Amino acid sequence: MNTERNVAQIALFTALIAALGLIPQLTLAFGVPITAQSLGVMLCGTVLGARRGCYAALLFVGLVALGLPLLAGGRGGLGLFTAPTAGFLIGFPAAALVTGLMTERLGSMSIGWAAGIAAALGGILVLYIFGIGGLALVLGRSVPEAALLVTAFIPGDIIKAVLAGLITAALYRARPHAVMSRG
Amino acid sequence: MISLTSPVRTRAHDWPAGAKIAGLCVASVVLFAAPSVAVQTMAACGVLVLYALPGRAFFVHGLLRLWPLWPFVAVLILWHLAIAAPREGAVIVLRMLSAVGLANLVTMTTTLAAMMDVVNRLLRPFARLGVNLRAIELAAAMVIRFTPVLAQKGGALALSWRARSRRLAGWRVIVPFLVLALDDAEHVAEALRARGGFEGDGQR
Repeated sequence: MNTERNVAQIALFTALIAALGLIPQLTLAFGVPITAQSLGVMLCGTVLGARRGCYAALLFVGLVALGLPLLAGGRGGLGLFTAPTAGFLIGFPAAALVTGLMTERLGSMSIGWAAGIAAALGGILVLYIFGIGGLALVLGRSVPEAALLVTAFIPGDIIKAVLAGLITAALYRARPHAVMSRG
Repeated sequence: MISLTSPVRTRAHDWPAGAKIAGLCVASVVLFAAPSVAVQTMAACGVLVLYALPGRAFFVHGLLRLWPLWPFVAVLILWHLAIAAPREGAVIVLRMLSAVGLANLVTMTTTLAAMMDVVNRLLRPFARLGVNLRAIELAAAMVIRFTPVLAQKGGALALSWRARSRRLAGWRVIVPFLVLALDDAEHVAEALRARGGFEGDGQR
């Protein structure tokens, strides 16, 4: 029945992930030199819920593969899928899915905490499993060696998970119906 | 939106996109299966020749797109010098550069429309299983349309923040940004519905 709304929300959130990577003014607080793009993936899960969030992230990855420059810095194309960081990109849909599932499962918790914890599990744990797997494969390293390469980014991602919780909670106050993980 | 297809027209622009992608898959598998320095060097030289064929502008532009890989190249070189395994290091660096180079080459010589066609053909069997191809197509088109719109609106939000505060707009500005995107989605959904929406798609 609500196909139109689902499609519109999925498309707008995909565009949002892309836009978060395109706006240079939106570098995160604390001087974190990383883009808000993976924050966008976390928000897909915490706001849209598991199913739609996963579709939005999947659409994003698909359009990047088709050659649209949607990744931060205007990157895109098939080259990203054979690059060392391919795992992080391929892991986006799974990260959004797990984030959404966890936000839904933690329904008894306050929305901010639930979204923050879910974002940490989906957007960090799951995403890094994919990312480190990709690094190990492309760089021909063992998994612990590959993990060593990305430890520097974990503090920034923890900040992003906290922000995902705060932002989702604020959005829940502004538009309670819009937070669909709390259907 | 600018796509990453090269404006320099090459012969490969006319080749079927499906064949190019299939070729890329085969080449990537072969590259990852070949452990010898000689094979990897030949492959890398082959990729360089492919980039050089369409002329200087294409060559320079193509190589510049490999630049983001430099931190990995640096780490791999230092690592393999440290563990005294230069041959293994050379294989991994060359393999990575050729694999990414070839994939970029496919993107640079294939238009978005041709890529969409391939996706459509790949997804068609799933339409019978209930996958709504028209919805996917429309969603893709909407992303292309709305990404610059949202980027502009987000930029405007950040600017208006700066007009009121001496500090930079941090994460707080993402909340109104999300509200804006969700409200836009609501309007778009209404507009779609008003134009008939996806009704009757099940019959086709």
